[in-house]
Amino acid sequence: MPRRPSPRAAPSPSPVQITLKVNGAQYTHSVEPRLLLVHYLRNILGLTGTHVGCDTSHCGACTVLIRGPGEATWRAVKSCTMLAAQADGMEVLTIEGLAKNGELHPLQRAFWENHGLQCGFCTPGMIMAALGLLVRNPSPTREEIKWGISGNLCRCTGYINIIKSIEQAAKEMKEKSITL
Amino acid sequence: MYPRKFSYYAPSSLREVVNLLRQHKDEAKVLAGGQSLIPMMKLRIISPSIVIDLKNLRSSLAYVKDSGRMIRIGALTTHAEVELSEALRSAVPLLPETARWIGDMQVRNLGTIGGSVAHSDPAADWPVALLALDASIVVQGSGRRVIPIRRFLKGPFTTALKPYEVITEIVVPKPRPGHGWSWQKFERKAGDFATVNVAAVVVPGKKGSVQSASIAVGAVSPTPYRADRAERMLRGKAPTRDLVEKAAEAAAEPAQPVSDLRGSAEYKKWLARVLVRRALEEALSRAGLTLEVATVA
Repeated sequence: MPRRPSPRAAPSPSPVQITLKVNGAQYTHSVEPRLLLVHYLRNILGLTGTHVGCDTSHCGACTVLIRGPGEATWRAVKSCTMLAAQADGMEVLTIEGLAKNGELHPLQRAFWENHGLQCGFCTPGMIMAALGLLVRNPSPTREEIKWGISGNLCRCTGYINIIKSIEQAAKEMKEKSITL
Repeated sequence: MYPRKFSYYAPSSLREVVNLLRQHKDEAKVLAGGQSLIPMMKLRIISPSIVIDLKNLRSSLAYVKDSGRMIRIGALTTHAEVELSEALRSAVPLLPETARWIGDMQVRNLGTIGGSVAHSDPAADWPVALLALDASIVVQGSGRRVIPIRRFLKGPFTTALKPYEVITEIVVPKPRPGHGWSWQKFERKAGDFATVNVAAVVVPGKKGSVQSASIAVGAVSPTPYRADRAERMLRGKAPTRDLVEKAAEAAAEPAQPVSDLRGSAEYKKWLARVLVRRALEEALSRAGLTLEVATVA
């Protein structure tokens, strides 16, 4: 039988050094160029709140916020469709970075109070997508909320309670002038 | 899923990008927002051994500039930045509306207009809108070339870009103020590629007539096409329901769709006709041109 070439036979490309801020803490790591941001967050930093769902940029479970140097606003992106190397020099915000001093973020509490989740798998991505929408549009209409989370799939709730949760959080964040 | 191994470069000048491309030719791929390239690499449809990331050029290649008769859009401008551009909303509203329907919020936050045009998926949205607007693609290689989009789009995933060239800018001639426009995209589910997409721009003439109309149809042929015959039918005429219907039929005539999971060829050809009719109705109305009300028998 012919021997299959070992995948290790190919010379390994040079690793890339990345420095980035995740949830306010700065990290420097040497990573393989092909490492995806979601795997960097989960496997190297141990931040497993960011989930891998479809792994094909459809489901949004891996959504995090990023902000490049000199960029004024955060933007929600799918971390399964971004290389860790692309995040070099950026700030990243994951679900773990939302609660402050043991107190849940208004979005987290609103999801809890409105039963915005059942199994919870989509929830971190859903909340980060909602936050990505609210930083840009603090008072979205119901239609704008639906449009904003159209890149996030939930197989349990039918979305109604998720929309309610985002509406409640938007209201509270506006009243308390919480921008992130 | 992981892409196959590759070497990664993030040069900080266009010259370095071109030099790397010259050195590695077809082995290399340029990474802009990555919303087409990374999925294809993860699925191992393509496995470049070199990836040249343009992220360090974002400060110089992400912009929307109004230079009087032209709008200039930097190649690394994201779909979201086009969607939210106030300048574009008043000058060329077709562009933000096209952007709004691409993928989903997260995809629009990373994906770029230059990347989409370079990738040139036959069902992509930008080529259709830019074709209707007679845009040009500015590329940098050994020199700078300005290529009209009609000559830029060569076939499915095939463009006039040479292996050592990179897109730097999209130039869009500003349509006259008061023009009418429409973006019609039929998608099977939110965020999907178009089953059919149509862009129309109508410039009103004297006494309720059409001075010029441009219609681009996408996802139903190897590259999007301009419906030249339909455009000629409308030029100089006062539009009627009947004329719009005939123009829509003429516009769908060159379509040669393939049957796939988004529908049969027959269905898509019919849909192209319906979407051109809707696009013309909306564009004419926005141009202040009225159609007589159809009588329902």
